[in-house]
Amino acid sequence: MSYDAHLRVWRGDAEGGELVDFTVEVNEGEVVLDIIHRLQATQAPDLAVRWNCKAGKCGSCSAEVNGRPRLMCMTRMNTFAAGEPISITPMRAFPVIRDLVTDVSFNYTKARAVPAFSPPPDLAPGEYRMSQVDVERSQEFRKCIECFLCQDTCHVVRDHEENKPAFAGPRFLMRIAELDMHPLDALDRKRQAQDDFGLGMCNITKCCTEVCPEHIKITDNALIPMKERVVDRKYDPLVWLGSKILRRS
Amino acid sequence: MSDLERHSYDIVVIGAGGAGLRAAIEAREHGLRTAIICKSLFGKAHTVMAEGGIAASMGNVNSKDSWQVHFRDTLRGGKFLNNPRMAELHAKEAPQRVWELETYGALFDRTPDGRISQRNFGGHEYPRLAHVGDRTGLELIRTLQQKIVSLQQDDERELGDAQARLRVFSELTVTELLKDGDAIAGAFGYWRESGRFVQFEAPAVVLATGGIGKSFKVTSNSWEYTGDGHALALRAGATLINMEFVQFHPTGMVWPPSVKGILVTESVRGDGGVLRNSEGKRFMFEYVPEVFRAQYAASEAEADRWYDDPENNLRPPELLPRDEVARAINSEVKAGRGSPHGGVFLDVSTRLPADEIRRRLPSMYHQFKELADVDITAEPMEVGPTAHYVMGGVEVDADTAACVVPGLFAAGEVAGGMHGSNRLGGNSLSDLLVFGRRAGAGAAAYVEGLGERRPTSREQDVRAAEQDALAPFRPPGEDGSVENPYTVHTDLQQVMNDLVGIIRREGEIVEALERLGLLRERARRAGVEGHRQFNPGWHLALDLRNMLDVSQCVARAALERRESRGGHTREDHPAMDPTWRGVNLVCAQDSPGGPISLRRQPVPTIHPDLLALFDRAELAKYLTPQELA
Repeated sequence: MSYDAHLRVWRGDAEGGELVDFTVEVNEGEVVLDIIHRLQATQAPDLAVRWNCKAGKCGSCSAEVNGRPRLMCMTRMNTFAAGEPISITPMRAFPVIRDLVTDVSFNYTKARAVPAFSPPPDLAPGEYRMSQVDVERSQEFRKCIECFLCQDTCHVVRDHEENKPAFAGPRFLMRIAELDMHPLDALDRKRQAQDDFGLGMCNITKCCTEVCPEHIKITDNALIPMKERVVDRKYDPLVWLGSKILRRS
Repeated sequence: MSDLERHSYDIVVIGAGGAGLRAAIEAREHGLRTAIICKSLFGKAHTVMAEGGIAASMGNVNSKDSWQVHFRDTLRGGKFLNNPRMAELHAKEAPQRVWELETYGALFDRTPDGRISQRNFGGHEYPRLAHVGDRTGLELIRTLQQKIVSLQQDDERELGDAQARLRVFSELTVTELLKDGDAIAGAFGYWRESGRFVQFEAPAVVLATGGIGKSFKVTSNSWEYTGDGHALALRAGATLINMEFVQFHPTGMVWPPSVKGILVTESVRGDGGVLRNSEGKRFMFEYVPEVFRAQYAASEAEADRWYDDPENNLRPPELLPRDEVARAINSEVKAGRGSPHGGVFLDVSTRLPADEIRRRLPSMYHQFKELADVDITAEPMEVGPTAHYVMGGVEVDADTAACVVPGLFAAGEVAGGMHGSNRLGGNSLSDLLVFGRRAGAGAAAYVEGLGERRPTSREQDVRAAEQDALAPFRPPGEDGSVENPYTVHTDLQQVMNDLVGIIRREGEIVEALERLGLLRERARRAGVEGHRQFNPGWHLALDLRNMLDVSQCVARAALERRESRGGHTREDHPAMDPTWRGVNLVCAQDSPGGPISLRRQPVPTIHPDLLALFDRAELAKYLTPQELA
């Protein structure tokens, strides 16, 4: 059952690096992360890689396998032909720290910018009542394990560092949608999504949805509905008239 | 010393899982400057792995539930070895802690009338676990993470600095606690990213570092679970109790080998899944122990009726506490009635419609589909025991979470006592919240009580910590031999798995202690290549010391306790012995770097009001005649 795989792993740091060839044993049922661990234990003890749960639940071991953003713990080795060289590179949208580890602080900065859940002022703990159908929409988005693969693949920032300040990325636009759809959140988040987090820059190519390991329909269920809510508000004739009369911009 | 970074805080919380984050929120809400240190990225802590739910007697699904019933279930689950005050506080405060999460933005699954839904779980008399599908831990960690962000946003508005009172230091590992005489003065560690050393000056440290599972070969735990907090506490002079009690979760994946140990949630059984052996028999009916005979069904027909009519039927034995189920699976496999890959069958496919399975157990569906090519809606899963949780931990005061070392607090899995000899499913997430909050409050009160008289750490201790941390770059092998830290780790896991695992024998534990001594020598020679920037080999070499300290405590206590109870099963002493019921085993390191000592200490007595919650016949199964009198 065992065979030797040909791995090409990116090694280097912020200064630069290269793909390094390794031959590593593979056993039945193994995933890419198993092979990386074997590589560490036998050939490259200082190979830098992030991982935690090895069960697809924490979203730490994000990388690009043959150029495709993936969780290494959920990528089975039997999806590749036995002799085929497999390249493993760090996420491209973020600055490299070392080997497969990147600086993902962009995401934490964006997370801090999204205004928090705003609880209804008149409800005490224990008094919240929400129906299952109403929480289900936001629950889908809360399945997010923050692997940041959607952020990595999104072409608005993937090769456009200059867009990062104005664009929160699919993960955090989805977070805004999640709060907007929360049955008890007291804030209106539509203008914010458009003006402060760059929702308009998304042109719904669904790349984020395709790479999501949690199979969240980011584009269809979060981004498009959010765009529709923004548009409803912006082009609603009554809202438009109100804003003219009351001189709100 | 040029590259030493220094910070000063009122409270340093080590660990950013459920307990650590809840402690930090509490400390910050007391107005204290708080640092949160996490070994991984923020939001990746092991809490995300919790699946089933948070136990709290809100009574949303069955209004008969109350804190008293929850307390009773917790003591039964722990076989009466629990710290009763902790179990009482836990049962009383859990509902408030869950409701509070909703005000932070958590979205639990709902009942038809819009309240938080609650599901059945092993050992809980009523449906009690607040849940979000089978990803409750993720909801908990994300909710607390987002609450931290929300407090930082408040500070930004009020003080112009988001990190003024609450700062997260992610990917930073603490290697030593610093003291001033007897009292805590801070902590020392390194940034994983740069390898740079960091010193925290702080009069109070809250340990919330989780468990020790990475000392075992088959485990559901992530790499972080190297017993850091247990070992830090031990080296700082604190005491560890109940270290012999390690919970083997009955249902871990067994195939393929690379996923062996990954958790299969207990919700599968709570929602109707059953265990069968290779003969197709629901074997759990054969394994209902005497103490639980009155609470569990004796026939399949009755057990099946219970799901719809719990008032008039007894519950299925698949929902016995975890220690009982794990032992039963172990026995079936040993008797040759196991599944092809050395487990047993867990089947939900014949019990629920496929759609319902996908809705209630989405992560399990994907986990098996993607990692094992098994469709759980159409065929059974193969499962077997996996090291999951340590009941033992730092001895704390129930009300304040304070350890015997002034300024040191502990909450969550790293603390001991709450769960006795065996933890019920769902009682972990509630433990994190209840005692995380209490630890934050306890630490805040301690710091406020100090006034201006703050302890200061000694420069020579900081230098010593630096030298210890750098040791793997110049291993002292006299014959020039250098050990690979990965190999030492693998060997340690094998020893603990084989010799101090789910079923224990005196001779094997003695052998384990000898081998642990040899492994300690090898770990001292563990050497690493490369430099200090994000070097996993170096990180592991440093973690090894903690794993060895903790493993030694587990083995020492396991050798001493000559009975079987909860997460400690001695083949040579198979019965539960009431005289051992009243004994806590305490591990301590009496001098820095010295040997680990073991002594006995009485379990705190159960208040008569709480004892009155049980009938006498049941108490007679656990307590000695003198205790009953």
